[in-house]
Amino acid sequence: MNKKYDILVIDDEEVIINAINMIAKFNEYTTASAKNPTEALNLLNESTFNLIITDIMMPKMDGFQFLEILKQKKIKTPMIMTTGYSTLENAVKALNYGAIAFIPKPFTFEELTSVFKRGIEYSKISNKLFSRRISEDLLSIIPCPPKYYRLGFDSWMNEEFEGTVKIGVTDLFLNSIGSLGSIDLMSVDENIYQGNTALKIVDSNEYIHQVLSPISGKIVSVNQKILENINLLAKDPYFEGWIYKIIPFSLISETNNLTTCSLDI
Amino acid sequence: MKIFEKIGTRLILTVSFTVIVIISVFAYFNIKSHSDNLISEVERHANQLSETVKNTMQFDMLLNNREHIARVIKTVAKEEGIKYIRILNKKGEIIYSTDSTQLGLMLDKKAESCYACHSENEPLQKLSIIERTRIFKLHSDSSSTLGVINPIYNEQSCWSADCHAHTSEQTVLGVLDITVNLKEVERLTNNSKMDVALFAIISIIVIAIILRILVNILIQKPVRELLQATNYVAVGNLSHRINSSRKDEIGQLSDSFDNMIVKLSEARMQLFQSDKMASIGRLAAGVAHEINNPLTGVLTYSSFLLKRVKNNPEMKADLEVIVRETKRSREIVKGLLDFSRQSTPKKGSIEIAEVIDNTIAVISNQLKINHITLEKNYGKNIPQIMADFNQIQQVFLNLIINSIDAIGKTGGTISISTKEIFLSPYGTFQIRTATCQNGHSLMDEKHKIDGLPSIKLKAKYAKNEGFIHLNPIYGNHQHHYGIQFKEDEIIHLFCPQCGVTLVDENKTTPTCGAPIYYLTIPDNGKVEGCTKFNCNWQRWDVVDSAGDIKFVEIKLSDTGSGIEPKYLSKIFEPFYSTKGQKGTGLGLSVIWGIINNHKGKISVDSTLNEETTFTIHLPVGYE
Repeated sequence: MNKKYDILVIDDEEVIINAINMIAKFNEYTTASAKNPTEALNLLNESTFNLIITDIMMPKMDGFQFLEILKQKKIKTPMIMTTGYSTLENAVKALNYGAIAFIPKPFTFEELTSVFKRGIEYSKISNKLFSRRISEDLLSIIPCPPKYYRLGFDSWMNEEFEGTVKIGVTDLFLNSIGSLGSIDLMSVDENIYQGNTALKIVDSNEYIHQVLSPISGKIVSVNQKILENINLLAKDPYFEGWIYKIIPFSLISETNNLTTCSLDI
Repeated sequence: MKIFEKIGTRLILTVSFTVIVIISVFAYFNIKSHSDNLISEVERHANQLSETVKNTMQFDMLLNNREHIARVIKTVAKEEGIKYIRILNKKGEIIYSTDSTQLGLMLDKKAESCYACHSENEPLQKLSIIERTRIFKLHSDSSSTLGVINPIYNEQSCWSADCHAHTSEQTVLGVLDITVNLKEVERLTNNSKMDVALFAIISIIVIAIILRILVNILIQKPVRELLQATNYVAVGNLSHRINSSRKDEIGQLSDSFDNMIVKLSEARMQLFQSDKMASIGRLAAGVAHEINNPLTGVLTYSSFLLKRVKNNPEMKADLEVIVRETKRSREIVKGLLDFSRQSTPKKGSIEIAEVIDNTIAVISNQLKINHITLEKNYGKNIPQIMADFNQIQQVFLNLIINSIDAIGKTGGTISISTKEIFLSPYGTFQIRTATCQNGHSLMDEKHKIDGLPSIKLKAKYAKNEGFIHLNPIYGNHQHHYGIQFKEDEIIHLFCPQCGVTLVDENKTTPTCGAPIYYLTIPDNGKVEGCTKFNCNWQRWDVVDSAGDIKFVEIKLSDTGSGIEPKYLSKIFEPFYSTKGQKGTGLGLSVIWGIINNHKGKISVDSTLNEETTFTIHLPVGYE
């Protein structure tokens, strides 16, 4: 009891556990690993973790069921989900279920490191938010406005009057990245799909963070102000800091996959 | 099948039984009247004879010339058919007889000869002509006999004669009894009975033969064809058609059967399509999962190593190759997963030329190997369409691979052209709302035709009532009929909710002159159609006048071996392949399914050994 680790690794394949452990150790995170969710639940009883990374497709119990049990047990450890069956549906579902990130297999050293960095940072933020032990800390996570919809804590969308939809990145995502370096956007007339990477944010340590799109559509306009001044993104993520204006392909059916922001406040 | 279970046998037995009954009844009355006629003729003859004998003997009786009387009787009795003649006196004693053994016998009043007069045990004074005759049998096995009794009444000359044998009080002096044998009559009657029986047997045989032939032509042959067709279909041959030329009920059944097979093969095609996509999806999911895990090992370790050997350029370069190639494998598996998810189309607005160019890039190598020249002729300002990029790419991939196979190693040309065209809304535009004149909706969301809600109408024909579900595509006539009717007759149509008529008797179609039915389309005028359902006339003025619908037309031609005309209609069916072992016969059915899902149309035109052209129409405004 009361052992403290940074990351809990859950995967039914030894080689994946070893690979993840190796990357974690290189980044100086402490890890414990489990080969199935049942084992993981035992570990969670004995120890505390800052972050969990779990496979989705595992025998007996899958990642989503595992997440459900954690919710019931009120274990709020942030979770990263990964799978070899990396469909858009799985990505959207994972973020909707409350995973803070989805990383499709196979991933590179850098890709996993970026997700780990963001996950540990997220963990710190949420610890502060929930405990509020350091009240003098200027913790200001701006929630996404009502009537907006969000995909996990990655991105948001808001329908405009002209039948177009604006999409952007949530403040929590930006905060978990830390200092912003540069941004890699797609261009006008390209199509983006719900659950696919819509943009990449490079932090000051050159780690690339991928933001998944909340909705599918054709990009009609890109916010040039962001490209000129990336800090605008952190300053006003929900209004001035929008990323793309798109014409959605199937707004209504895809909105059903998203979380409404009205309940966030 | 047992012989008694056959329709033909049953029919013949039933009809034969009926014929026997009818002929029997007929024969009974016929023979009876025939024999009655004969008997009355004999009766008349016997009466006449009896009267003649009596008159002849009157004088002799008055003279009491008994010998003479006996001789006259004997002479008359020689006539053929006469059994005997006798005269009885009032007491019943036989005083004259041709049969001398009977002379002097006393007859009982209850005897056969006396029965007519003495039935009430009382002497009768007068006897009418009809009552004088009777038919009786002396023995049960002998032939019938006709007896004529002729009473000899007392006359003035009798009691005033010299012999004074009779007093004037007496009424009847005696009876002249002539008995005639009816053997001849019976023989004639029996003969006609035989004739009738023969007639009955011959007619039954003739009727049976005719019925047998008719049943064979009208029922057995078509039923056998139907049976055979169902067997063909049962073993999976959905291309079999009966093609009956008959117009009767069985012809209708055959047509309806053919129609059912068409629908069945279409349904199977769609089912197969989704089934195939689902199984490929499962396969891809399994493969992706299995391959991605080992790839994760390779990619993480190699990228980690790459990180650690920053100072060793040689090793770094080698590791970069591993990382790059692993990433490439990752993209291939991702592509496999994308392919598997095509059953749920992800529509985006796509540039058709871009899709084609992408496809060509994939198989440019194959084109080169086969010495195929590619001609591209893209139209200018082709609008973008809402479609699934991957699916449309698969369409072109399959089509171009087919073309390459058709051209073979000898080389040839594949030309692809695109242009914007406008097609009539007829046959493409969907009726989404329709009401009766009272504003009741006629749309039936539950009953779908080709996946679209149909238009439900109440139909009346003769005494039949039922529902007709109209195809909601304006100009399409694959309706669903829930009522039996003759195709070239007028059907009365009503609103299923309020029963108001939908037929306008005053307006007729320009094609066949039958009255029109009309559906009210809220804010969009009226759809009119013909009440004869074999006439495919429909008109929707508002839509027709609004102009044509925009499509992108893509033509893909090759100078390959071509397709034989008889196979042209089949090539979009699943499992149909001209490539033998080489092909699965699925490529074109997959294409058909994809184009159909996009509300588009695909058609093919081919000249053997010259050219094959596939034409695809995809709607621009479709979402």
